[in-house]
Amino acid sequence: MNKKTYLMALFNDFDAAARAIASLREATIAGFAMKDVTLKSPIDHPECAAELGSRPVYIQIFSLIGAVLGSTLGFLGISSAQANFLRQPRGGFPIVPLPPNMVITYELFILTAVFFTITACLVVWKIHSDKNSLYSVSISVDKIGILVKAEPSAIDAIKQIFNRQHALEIMENARV
Amino acid sequence: MSTVVEELDSIGERRFEPKAKDINEDIAWAKINTDVLRSLERPRPIFWVIFLSAVALFGVGVACEIYQYKTGLGVAELRNPHVWGLYISTFIFWIGMSHSGTLLSAILHIMHADWRKPIYRFAEAMTTFSLMTAGLFVLVHLGRVWQFYYVVAYPNERWTWPNFSSPLVWDATAIGSYLTTSVIFLYFGMIPDLAICRDSATGFRRTFYRLLSVGWQGTDRQWSNFRITYLTIACLLIPLAVSVHSIVATDFAVSQQPGWHTTSFPPYFVAGALYSGCAAIITLFIILRHTFRFEEYMTIPILEKLCKLTFAISMVWTYLNLIEYASTWYGTDVYAKQALIYRATGIYRYWWWAMNFLGSVVPFALAFKALRTHVPTMMVVSLLLNLGMWIERFMIVTPTFAHGYYPWTWSDVWWPNWIQIGIVAGSFGWFTLLFMLFCKIFPSVSMYEVKEMVYHRIRARK
Repeated sequence: MNKKTYLMALFNDFDAAARAIASLREATIAGFAMKDVTLKSPIDHPECAAELGSRPVYIQIFSLIGAVLGSTLGFLGISSAQANFLRQPRGGFPIVPLPPNMVITYELFILTAVFFTITACLVVWKIHSDKNSLYSVSISVDKIGILVKAEPSAIDAIKQIFNRQHALEIMENARV
Repeated sequence: MSTVVEELDSIGERRFEPKAKDINEDIAWAKINTDVLRSLERPRPIFWVIFLSAVALFGVGVACEIYQYKTGLGVAELRNPHVWGLYISTFIFWIGMSHSGTLLSAILHIMHADWRKPIYRFAEAMTTFSLMTAGLFVLVHLGRVWQFYYVVAYPNERWTWPNFSSPLVWDATAIGSYLTTSVIFLYFGMIPDLAICRDSATGFRRTFYRLLSVGWQGTDRQWSNFRITYLTIACLLIPLAVSVHSIVATDFAVSQQPGWHTTSFPPYFVAGALYSGCAAIITLFIILRHTFRFEEYMTIPILEKLCKLTFAISMVWTYLNLIEYASTWYGTDVYAKQALIYRATGIYRYWWWAMNFLGSVVPFALAFKALRTHVPTMMVVSLLLNLGMWIERFMIVTPTFAHGYYPWTWSDVWWPNWIQIGIVAGSFGWFTLLFMLFCKIFPSVSMYEVKEMVYHRIRARK
């Protein structure tokens, strides 16, 4: 594995951060790729994040899977259990009351969709988490951070770009 | 002539007077963090007064419940035909309260009403704790509390299978789903704020917030996934909330009891739920605003918007209420009509008229700006509205039992006794206890959303 260095610059506002990202994109720096750039901000800012390029979100697919599984398996589960259980005390004839089952299926459909949605989100966060990454508590207050993972040879050029855009502070952390 | 021009000028000035801002848009982000985090450390002394009062009230409820548990439901004066008493009335009341959190969080979120941002968090918490309180009444009103799990739909060895045709089973499923989803929604929306708490806390509190913030660093990937997830859960929560109170309504509507067997019950219940929830939000808004020094975030313009929303919903509720009266009055069901007449003229008549007055007339106070912007008046009005909505639930349950199909029930005068009143009071203590603990441990104003709100408003202004 190549030794990579983490570099994070802090900016005062989103405009400066967006300019820095645009400059990184325009510059041709060996040992650096835009996919390794991460924006860290105290609020959601889709416009600034869009400068990083397309980063699709697939959560809705999991919501859909959860909804379909919840409704079908829920309905089948309740109905088959009823058919099996009710036949015993009621003399052997399977009874599946469809309208009430639809009500319970409706609840399970939503509940399972919610479970799948949040689980998918937490898993995606876990996948993208990086324990070696840099973080500053000022990001949770009012600063915007741009985190870059690059080859050591690219660090000076990236620092220059950050400095040109008036970065408040640049943090560095060399990791394997 | 000049007088007329001056008068017109003054009218023009009044007419085009700039609206008061929902929030100070120039507030620094660091100050938002400081103010909200301070609320976790040093609330005003009134916090402890409320907290200790809640503990005392809860203690009364626990004592009454222990006595009822040991002696039997007879001590609560629950007897045939009055088998539900205050317990189920209060159960409906708490379920209704839980709807406002969804309204403020999910519906207004989808509609991009950004004024909700400083106040939705405590409304969501209110939803969760209302549901937890409502759930207690399901247990409290059971004769054999230790067999509460009979209501849950699961295969068992007893050869008894829950009656899936009964709305009580639907209720258990719906409330369970709603409580789970509400807790998830509340927690998930809090994650960025929990990271702020983590970054400023020390010691065991830091560990606590670090575990809850699940590694949040505010990265672009986290935000984009967060946004979609939050929106998806909000979209799923709305039909769930509607279904929950519709199902609670079907507990009554699918029965044959006069006064309950009405098709308009589900929308009537949902409207009533939103109404009482909004009134409760106004009450809690005023309490939190003072207790936690949130005057800069829970502002008078936001209170005004809440009041307007409550007024609109109160009129929907009034309309559905009148529809119910009209359909019963002009309908062919003699027993239902008699039950209606009994409500208006029988032994519960004062409560019935109080309900109509408090639910349909008092909200007109919300139509006047001078009253809407007067905080003490709004505190009193919101409490009256909630009292009206609690009486509404009492009027749904009790008079029907007192004037059913059997003539022998008609002479049975029933009023709740001190055990029931004690347990109901205890539920208010329990709710307040949980709510105040939440506000002391977790940020009750969403810091990141207030930042978003001021940021986007400044951008729009520029």
